[in-house]
Amino acid sequence: MTTASTVSTPLDAAWKGFRGGLWRDSVDVRDFIQQNYTPYQGDAAFLAGPTERTSSVWKKITDLFPEERRKGVLDVDAATPSTITAHAPGWIDRDRELVVGLQTDAPLKRAIMPNGGWRMVAGALETYGYPVDPQLERVFTEYRKTHNAGVFDAYTPEIRAARKAGIVTGLPDAYGRGRIIGDYRRVALYGVDRLVEAKRAEKEELNALPAGGRSIEETIRLREELAEQIRALGELKQMAAAYGHDISGPAGNGREAVQWLYFGYLAAVKEQNGAAMSLGRTSTFLDVYLQRDIEAGELTEAQAQEIIDDFIIKLRIVRFLRTPDYDELFSGDPTWVTESIGGIGEDGRPLVTRTSFRYLQTLYNLGPAPEPNMTVLWSPALPQGFKEFCAQVSIDTSSVQYESDELLRPRFGDDTAIACCVSAMPVGKQMQFFGARVNLAKTLLYAINGGRDEKSGAQVGPAGGALTGTGPLDYDEVMAAYDTQLEWLAEVYVHALNVIHYMHDKYAYERLEMALHDRDVKRTLACGIAGLSVAADSLSAIRYAQVTPVRDDSGLVTDYLVEGDYPAYGNNDDRADAIAVWLVEEFMRKVRRHPAYRDAEHTQSVLTITSNVVYGKKTGNTPDGRRAGEPFSPGANPMNGRDTHGYVASALSVAKLPYSEAEDGISLTNTVTPDGLGRTPEERIRNLAGVLDGYTAADGFHMNVNVLNRATLLDAMEHPEEYPQLTIRVSGYAVNFVRLTREQQLDVLNRTFHGEI
Amino acid sequence: MTTHTLLPPVPAVASPAATAAGAATRRSVTGSVHSWDLSTGVDGPGTRFVTFLSGCPLDCLYCHNPDTKRMRNGRRSSAEEIVAEAAKYRDFIRAAGGGATLSGGEPLLQPVMAGELLHRWKHELGLHTALDTSGFLGSRATGSLLNDTDLVLLDIKSWDRDLYRRVTGRPLQPTLDFARRLADLGKEVWVRFVLVPGLTDPEDNVAGVAAFTASLGNVSRVDVLPFHKLGAAKYEALGQRFPLTDTPSPTPAQVAAARAIFAAEGLSAV
Repeated sequence: MTTASTVSTPLDAAWKGFRGGLWRDSVDVRDFIQQNYTPYQGDAAFLAGPTERTSSVWKKITDLFPEERRKGVLDVDAATPSTITAHAPGWIDRDRELVVGLQTDAPLKRAIMPNGGWRMVAGALETYGYPVDPQLERVFTEYRKTHNAGVFDAYTPEIRAARKAGIVTGLPDAYGRGRIIGDYRRVALYGVDRLVEAKRAEKEELNALPAGGRSIEETIRLREELAEQIRALGELKQMAAAYGHDISGPAGNGREAVQWLYFGYLAAVKEQNGAAMSLGRTSTFLDVYLQRDIEAGELTEAQAQEIIDDFIIKLRIVRFLRTPDYDELFSGDPTWVTESIGGIGEDGRPLVTRTSFRYLQTLYNLGPAPEPNMTVLWSPALPQGFKEFCAQVSIDTSSVQYESDELLRPRFGDDTAIACCVSAMPVGKQMQFFGARVNLAKTLLYAINGGRDEKSGAQVGPAGGALTGTGPLDYDEVMAAYDTQLEWLAEVYVHALNVIHYMHDKYAYERLEMALHDRDVKRTLACGIAGLSVAADSLSAIRYAQVTPVRDDSGLVTDYLVEGDYPAYGNNDDRADAIAVWLVEEFMRKVRRHPAYRDAEHTQSVLTITSNVVYGKKTGNTPDGRRAGEPFSPGANPMNGRDTHGYVASALSVAKLPYSEAEDGISLTNTVTPDGLGRTPEERIRNLAGVLDGYTAADGFHMNVNVLNRATLLDAMEHPEEYPQLTIRVSGYAVNFVRLTREQQLDVLNRTFHGEI
Repeated sequence: MTTHTLLPPVPAVASPAATAAGAATRRSVTGSVHSWDLSTGVDGPGTRFVTFLSGCPLDCLYCHNPDTKRMRNGRRSSAEEIVAEAAKYRDFIRAAGGGATLSGGEPLLQPVMAGELLHRWKHELGLHTALDTSGFLGSRATGSLLNDTDLVLLDIKSWDRDLYRRVTGRPLQPTLDFARRLADLGKEVWVRFVLVPGLTDPEDNVAGVAAFTASLGNVSRVDVLPFHKLGAAKYEALGQRFPLTDTPSPTPAQVAAARAIFAAEGLSAV
C-alpha cells in the first residue's frame, strides 16, 4: 500500500513500544496494524462481563427507549443546523462515562442537517410536532442551496417520470448518500495536527493550474475540497476540546485511542445524515493499544471490556431525524454503524484479536442490538475459537452478519471494511457514490407493456414493442423486449446518479469523512438491482410453463395466467438459477456502458435490506404468479416458499451469482430456529460455523443469520402480518409459521425452546 | 398442506465419477422417492443431503411423515439422478461437515435402491453416510449395504412388546435383532426414541430401551425426540385422521426425565 500523504514525525511518546515502519513516515494505518497487532487464537473464556458502571450507564439509556419508541423521536433540536461544533457537549452520566461525546447536548436528541435538503427536515419536524423555524427555512430555501434543490434543477423529465413510477427507487436525492467510511483510526494514531499537515502537503501539490493531469475544474474543485477537509479537522479538534480533550497529538493509551477514534466518528455523524454511517474496521487497530496497556499492567481485562462497552453504547445511540417515508423505505430507523471484524491478513495471519471478541461480547454485556452492525469477515481459515464464538453469538442474539473474506481480500486487500450491509471498500482509500436500486421485476412488466406502467398506464419506458399476441408469452419475444427496456433503464439510472453525486459533492460534501481519506481516492458508482428473484422466476415461468397475459380495456397487461410448473430460483437448479445469473451479468454490462461522474467505477449490489416490501407495493402482478403489491424477497433471496429443498439449496442458488459482476455485494438472509441447527448448544455452534465455511467455500458472499428466539415467535403469533416470511424447519421440512394454527404454533414454541429460556 | 415437493425433473448431468463399466448396470437401479432435502443437525451429524424413500411397513401412531407411507405415492427415480443431485452439495458438505442420509418412509423397504445410493454416496462422492431406519426390515440390509453405511440412526419405538405393537402395528423383535447385528459389526449407532406422553413414556418402557441400548456398546448417542403434531396438516391433506390429535407434546420436565433414564445407563442422551 502506498499513499501520497506524508507526515514528518519524530518518535513520539505516544508511540512508545510500537514497531515499524512505514506508518511513522506517512499516513498508513494498515502498516501500523500489520507491524503491531497480536493475533489471538484462543476461545472466549477470557472475556469479562459488564461492570456495575457499564450496566448503570446503559440503563440510563434503555430507560429512555420506551418514550422514544412511543413518540418516534425522543427529542429534536429544531433550531440548530448541525455542524461539528454546533451543539454544546452532552453526556449520559458525566461522572461515569469512559468515552464521551454525543451528537447533540443530550442523549437521543436529534439534530437537523438541512444541507441534504430542506423538505426532508421540514417534513420530519412537522411529523413529530416540532416548530419549523421560518428564519431557517428562509436560509435554506433562499440563501443557501441544498443538495436536494440542486438535484431537481438538473433532473430531466425522463428521470422524474422513472422516479415517480418507482422503477428507480430510493435514490439519495433528498437525503445524505452515506456509505463513506472515514478512516477514524487515523485520528487516534496520528492526532489531528499531523493529519492537517498531511492534507496541507496534498494541497500544496495542486498549486499549478491545471495540476497533475487534472482539468482546470477538477483541480480547483479538489483544492476547495482539501481546504474544507482541513477546516473540518480544525473543527474536530475544537469539538474534542469542548469535551476537555486535546486531540491535536496522537492517543497515548487504549482509552484515549478509543476516545480519539470515536471523536472522529462523532464529528462525521454530527455533520452528515447519511443512509449508512459505517465505522470501518477498528477492533484490531484498537487492540494494539489495549494490549500494550494490559502488558504494561495498566489495564485489566474487565477495564478493557468496560472501555469497549462504553464505546459501543455511544454507537448504539447514533440518531438521525428522518421522515416516515424514509423509515418505510429503510424499515425502521437504521444508521448502519457497520463494524467489520476478523478476516485474514495478506500474510495469512488471522486479523482476529482479543478486541474482536470484546466487540462481540458487548452483545451479551449490553444485550442484543442491531447497531452497531457487527459484521464478521468470514474465512474457513479463521481460528476455531473465534468461529465458534461468532456462531454462538449469532445463535444467542441474531445480531451478526457474515461476509466472505475469501472474496474480499483478493480484490480489496486486508484493510477492507463494509459500509452499510455489503459494500466493501479499503478504508481511507476508496469511497462510493451510493445509488440505491432499480426494479428489475417492474422493468419486465414494462417490456411486456411496451414501456407503459402496469399500474398507472403512463408511458414511462421507451414506447413500442409491446407484446400484443393473444396466446401465451413467447420467451424470445419477451427477452428481446426486455433488452430494450433494460437498456433504457440503465441509461436513465446512471444519468440520475451522475446528477445526484455531482450535487452531493457540491452542496453536501462529506468534509470530515473525506479528510480521513487519502486525497486521490478510488470512487465507485454503486448501482443496485431489486426484484431479482421475481424477475428470474417470471422468466422461468414464461420459458418452462405457459404464461398468458390478461389485459384490461386499454390493452394494458395487468395480470397473468400461469399454467404448469416451472423451476424456481432457490433450488440449486441451473435452469432457473442461470436466468438470475444472466440478469445480474446483463444489467451490469448495460450499466457499464454509461460514463460515470468523476470517473467512478461501476458496480452493483443485489441488496434490498427490507425495502423489498416497498418495491413490492409498487409492482403489479408478475408472470411468476406473485400478486400485485406482494413483497419481493429481500436482497438476492429466493421468493419465500419457492425454495423447497432447504436453506442450503437456496443458498447455493444465491452463491451462483457472480461477485465480479456485483462487487457492491450480494445479500442473503437466512432464518433458522435453533433446532434447525442441531440438538445441543455445542452441536448448533459447530454446525453453524460449518454452514458458514461451506457457503464461503461455495463462493457465497454474504449471509445474515437469524436464529429465531421464543420472543420473536410469540410476537409473530400476535402480529402475523409482520412476519409473512417466517419459516420454521422441523426435522426435514419447512412450514410457514404464520400459517400454522395457534395450537401448532404453540407446539413449535414449546418444542423449539424447551429448557433453554 | 405438504411442503415436500415431488422431485422436479433433473437435467441430464453425468455423475462425476461414474465409470463406464459400472454406469451401465447402475443406471438401471431405480426406486420410489418421496423427496430430497438439505438439513442441518436433525438427520445425523452436520449438514446433510437427505433422501426420503417412499413406503413404510409400520403404522406408527405419531408418524409425522404420513405422506411417505405408500410406495406408490413416490416418484420413480433413478439412483443416478439422486446421486447427481447429491453431487451438487458435495463440496459444501465437505467444508461444512456432514454427509448424506437415507430416510423415509422405511429405506430398507427398497434395499437395492438403498444399497445403491449409500454405496455411491460413500464411494463416488466420498460422503459420510447415514441410514435412518426402524430396524423392522433390518434383515434386508445386506452386509455390503451396512459396509457402505457409516452411521445407523435406529428408531427403537418402545421396549414393551405389546406397546411396540400398539404404537407401530408390528413386532419389536426384528429391530432388536438388527440392533444386535449392528453391535456385533461394531457399527456406530444413534438410537432415537420418540417420547409420546401417555403412550411411550411409562418409566419401565423407557428404562427398557435404555438398558438394552446400553448393553449394545456401539451406541454413541441417544436422541430423545419430543412428540410433536406438525405432521397433522399432512394427514388433513391426505384426507386421513391424525390418530394422536388430542395427545399433548411432552413438557420439558418429561423430556428431561426421559433423558435422565438414558444417562443413568451411561448413555449420551440429548
